[in-house]
Amino acid sequence: MKYMLLITADTGPDATQNECSVEEWLSFDAAAKDAGVLVDSAQLADLTTATAVHVDSAGNRTITDGPFTESREVLGGYYVIDVPNLDVALDWAARCPGARDGGSLVVRPVAEF
Amino acid sequence: MTRRAAEGPETSVGSPVEAAFREEHGRLLAALVHRFGDLDLAEEVAAEAIEAALTHWPVDGVPSKPGAWLLTTARRRAVDRLRRDKTYATRIAVLQAEADRAEPAPRVEGGGLPDERLELFFTCAHPALPADERVALMLRCLAGLTTTEVARAFLVPSATMGQRIVRAKKKIRVARIPFRVPDAEELPTRLPGVLQVIYSIFTEGYAASSGPQLQRLDLAEEAIRLARILRSLLPGEREIAGLLGLLLSVHARRAARSGPHGEIVLLDEQDRGRWDRPMIDEGRALVVRSLTGGKPGPYGVQAAIAALHNEASGVEATDWPQIVALYDVLVGLAPSPIVAMNRAVAVAMRDGPAAGLALLAELADEPLLRRHAPFRTVQGDLLSRLGRHAEAADSFRRALELAGSEPEQDHLRRRIAAAEQQSGSAGPMAD
Repeated sequence: MKYMLLITADTGPDATQNECSVEEWLSFDAAAKDAGVLVDSAQLADLTTATAVHVDSAGNRTITDGPFTESREVLGGYYVIDVPNLDVALDWAARCPGARDGGSLVVRPVAEF
Repeated sequence: MTRRAAEGPETSVGSPVEAAFREEHGRLLAALVHRFGDLDLAEEVAAEAIEAALTHWPVDGVPSKPGAWLLTTARRRAVDRLRRDKTYATRIAVLQAEADRAEPAPRVEGGGLPDERLELFFTCAHPALPADERVALMLRCLAGLTTTEVARAFLVPSATMGQRIVRAKKKIRVARIPFRVPDAEELPTRLPGVLQVIYSIFTEGYAASSGPQLQRLDLAEEAIRLARILRSLLPGEREIAGLLGLLLSVHARRAARSGPHGEIVLLDEQDRGRWDRPMIDEGRALVVRSLTGGKPGPYGVQAAIAALHNEASGVEATDWPQIVALYDVLVGLAPSPIVAMNRAVAVAMRDGPAAGLALLAELADEPLLRRHAPFRTVQGDLLSRLGRHAEAADSFRRALELAGSEPEQDHLRRRIAAAEQQSGSAGPMAD
């Protein structure tokens, strides 16, 4: 069963600085790889580099600088892992450095067809 | 399959039979979930097996092992169904393979059926489910209540409760919430969630949040039954003993808590002769168990407070210093504005109403208490004891705006009237 771990960071003015070191991220990466659960992962480039595409019912394409998120929480990166159930997925999410220092992880099952 | 079968054992069956099936239902369901890893399938075949029993047993006699008969029948039906539906079968096979890989083999004790209800407890109370769905699932799956009964108990439309249960089951299936007992390391973090669900069910039974009745005894009794099952499954966990002790110590006063017309009777006015002594004794024994050895937990401490009330011959004879001391412990273990409020009441009984009122004043800005009717009631009570009747009436009026059940509202109207009369006669315009 595949789960996507969406890593969200708080970028608001009161946000606590994420104290996690590069080494901590590397060691989480290595742990997921060694356990054989890692399917894919990436860190997303800065939010200011994002572009939004919207296609209306007439097929017209609108491209804007975006996304215009209301909240100050921004998707910063993701992991896709393959594990037997939600509890195991939650364990991996809890080990991820992105879950600390004001950040959080949302765990979403990947739909199976 | 009839609608009734889909709903599980129904009230149309005779009461002792209904009770027996309700008792079997959770066990049967848990065994089937463990085997097939699918709650919907387990519910359907459990209901079919119970229906088959209702047809066959009156004719052929009750089998020597009713539980085993039900399980065998339900398993056969499930296997039939899986054979008919190949895609379903594939999915179940995958689930089962993963369940086998992730978990040890089922335990079988002393020749009886293995009892897998513990897995179901932890699944129903999984933190990934919203609180109201946890309560609904536990009543549905472990207490064996029908969706309609669960809806009635929580005064929501049957359709709403149905949706909650469907949503919870969908999340269990799609997000794959596992049917498993947490290991020893996880247990301390996961068990409080299970206890919380049982406690929530009891709380709604003890003081209904709305409706014509003050208490919903059936719901309180279901909570006690669930706590008893949980205790039998995890006899070493002292907080389960604490929770059961608390529920029994409070439930023992049920007959004295309301008057002949369903009105509220406060603790200081209750006829203590109507308290259930055997239940009090059982509660006290559990308190001792829950507080013996190691650090006490919040349910054990609350049970000890309830037991102290039960031991006193009256309000004046109550050991208030000891109760305040226990609240001090509780504030350290599980701090909350509600605990602080209850502690203030105990302090008022020990040191006088002014002392209690000062503590309440410190809590007035707590968001949780601003919308909490009992906070205003307690405040009004202490004010009236100090002779500040006009202010007391104001507090009771604010409580009335927030009050839930009809008996609670009636009680507050009487308190308002009494306080207004007192303040009138005490005021300059009295004559």
